[in-house]
Amino acid sequence: MIEAVGLTKRYGDKTAVYNLSFQVRPGAVTGFLGPNGSGKSTTMRMILGLDNPTAGAVTIGGYPYRKLPNAPRQVGALLDAKAVHGGRSARNHLLSLAQLSGIPARRVDEVLGVVGLQEVAKKRSKGFSLGMGQRLGIAAALLGDPQVLLFDEPVNGLDPEGILWVRNLMKALAAEGRTVFVSSHLMSEMALTADHLIVIGRGQLLADMSVRDFISANSADFARVRTPDTEPQLREKLGSALAEAGGHVLPEQDGALRVTGLALPRISDVAHEAGVRLWELSPHQASLEEAYMRMTQGAVDYRSTADQKAGLQQPLPPGAQPPMPVPGQGQPGWYAPPPPQQGGQPFAMPAPGAAPAGPYDGAQAGGHGAPGGPSAGAPNPYAQPASQAPQAPQGQAPAPAAAVPPPAPQQAPVAAPADLTKPEDPR
Amino acid sequence: MSTQQPPMPQAPAAPDWQAAPGGAYPGYTSPIPVVRTHLGHALASEWTKIKSVRSTMWTLGVFVVLVLGIGMMAAALVKAHSGSESLSGQTPLQLGFFGLLLGSMCIITLGVLTTASEYGTGMVRTTMTACPSRLRVLTAKAIVFFVVAFVVALAASGFVAMVQTSMLDGVGGAKTPSGGDWLKATLGISLYIALLGLFSLLIGSIIRHSAGAITIMIGAVLAPLVIALFMATQSLNKVREWLLEYSIPSQMSVFYDNSLSSSGPTGWDPLWIMLGLAAAAFAGACALLQQRDV
Repeated sequence: MIEAVGLTKRYGDKTAVYNLSFQVRPGAVTGFLGPNGSGKSTTMRMILGLDNPTAGAVTIGGYPYRKLPNAPRQVGALLDAKAVHGGRSARNHLLSLAQLSGIPARRVDEVLGVVGLQEVAKKRSKGFSLGMGQRLGIAAALLGDPQVLLFDEPVNGLDPEGILWVRNLMKALAAEGRTVFVSSHLMSEMALTADHLIVIGRGQLLADMSVRDFISANSADFARVRTPDTEPQLREKLGSALAEAGGHVLPEQDGALRVTGLALPRISDVAHEAGVRLWELSPHQASLEEAYMRMTQGAVDYRSTADQKAGLQQPLPPGAQPPMPVPGQGQPGWYAPPPPQQGGQPFAMPAPGAAPAGPYDGAQAGGHGAPGGPSAGAPNPYAQPASQAPQAPQGQAPAPAAAVPPPAPQQAPVAAPADLTKPEDPR
Repeated sequence: MSTQQPPMPQAPAAPDWQAAPGGAYPGYTSPIPVVRTHLGHALASEWTKIKSVRSTMWTLGVFVVLVLGIGMMAAALVKAHSGSESLSGQTPLQLGFFGLLLGSMCIITLGVLTTASEYGTGMVRTTMTACPSRLRVLTAKAIVFFVVAFVVALAASGFVAMVQTSMLDGVGGAKTPSGGDWLKATLGISLYIALLGLFSLLIGSIIRHSAGAITIMIGAVLAPLVIALFMATQSLNKVREWLLEYSIPSQMSVFYDNSLSSSGPTGWDPLWIMLGLAAAAFAGACALLQQRDV
């Protein structure tokens, strides 16, 4: 049981973690998600008593980590797989940790077997690959057979077999009644492993809910409708008919329509009434990755831009067309699905007292996730002018409508949803 | 969101979590017996650490080679070139000084590496997670390092002193060292060098950067003496004298009764000075370790 209350950490004038409160319960794998630099590792370090919180507190089983009696027997952690002295052999590294917490030396050979490093136990860890280092770190976490386990990016660098092993290990550990707290960037991995999710962005809590709730609350399942490419007027006709029927329609770049707010049979009926033939009518279920992307799109600190090579390229010969940009490079609007309701909050979180709009809308004072918190009246340190986020990428990246010669005149509205769906790196 | 909730899971939340297979709160209990840890565990751990890295073997090996090699070379040179009165009033033990002065650099390096290398590699996070009592870790490191450095220095200085006295027995009118001379040239200098190493270890813990701490320590050992050599101005005479008398090489030479001046520390004084320095550094390192983020 890990409990954080109002956890805040500042490094100088940079706030790494702001007023974070959550609980991690035993018997389940709790995923800890957030973009790079969102404060995941800082939070983990504060849980382990390595960093002192600027404000707030975090306890494990009711004690701050540094006050825990025989802490390594209650909490095991993998923070950084490379946090070993490279000149020491794997076995000696684990032996020194075992001795430090009064664990019998034969346990060292046991965990070396568990992580599959017996062969290289006598080798210096300097020569270990990323995956081997990761296994060594997991071995150190398992050494004390603790009831609380923290893993920071445990599958980094592991081979598929190792990833499967870690996934099963996490589940097995949780099934034994232990508290397992895992941070990861691999959404597909989290979807398979975690039961519960804690999502932070820019150091603040964005969500604390089960995986199923998270996906359903943060993604709109939509229908993809495709009309015959040969008759573009049919598409416009269907679009207006669907809008009249109460659906939200967004054109996609390849000419399809993305429809939300209408059930599939209803879409078919509307199309039939309008006399429009359909080439595709497919349900689209959002994944955890999409739900995560939408939730964190306003909280991403490090965002890629298109590689323009400005001023470095030969001027194009007259009449030549610039190449199509590869999707995903700072190109707005191709990935993220539309928000659940247009112009509304960028993500939903059915928690009591949640702020009515997203924390990054700027108009809101007081940190999201901090109702009644210490700074309820103070300005949000992360508040931004509302227009900043959507505008920035447009300034850097060529707007698709301008840079790409539209293949069809109907393509023009594609640029419109750029304000609603911000650019996102698909990985 | 959970600020309003007390630490224990409330009834509405509990069934949700206990539904997980085997997930009955308070959860898992390890079959491995839990023992109450103390300094002894930390000492065992630090001993494993210090003996399982190559830098220990390298620095101590170079130390022994320097002390024995330079000590014996000096003795052989003196024996080959000495006249009948060239060593009158001196003891052969004095020739051990050169080797130990150079060798102390190795002990300084090892001392700094014992703490600072953990920061360099990130190992310190693992250590402090395994033992949240940071002072226990630092104390164990200090004790283990001090004992290792002292034993090695005592063995090396004792051996070289015996070789030198046997080589130069009666050569050039050298005087036979008294029991006090012996004690100072072996036990005294070994304690002093081990304390100097301990001081470096604590500086390493304060600076948290190997190269930086080693540079600071070597500068602290050598710079005062070098600066004093070039301090020709009359008005700085007092400073110059103080630097000459209290620089670390001068303090070491006190153990061999061949100090640069007669007014500085005498007898076992340098040991108390270094003990005071190490104690102050220990207090500073402890205070910083407790409040800093690892």
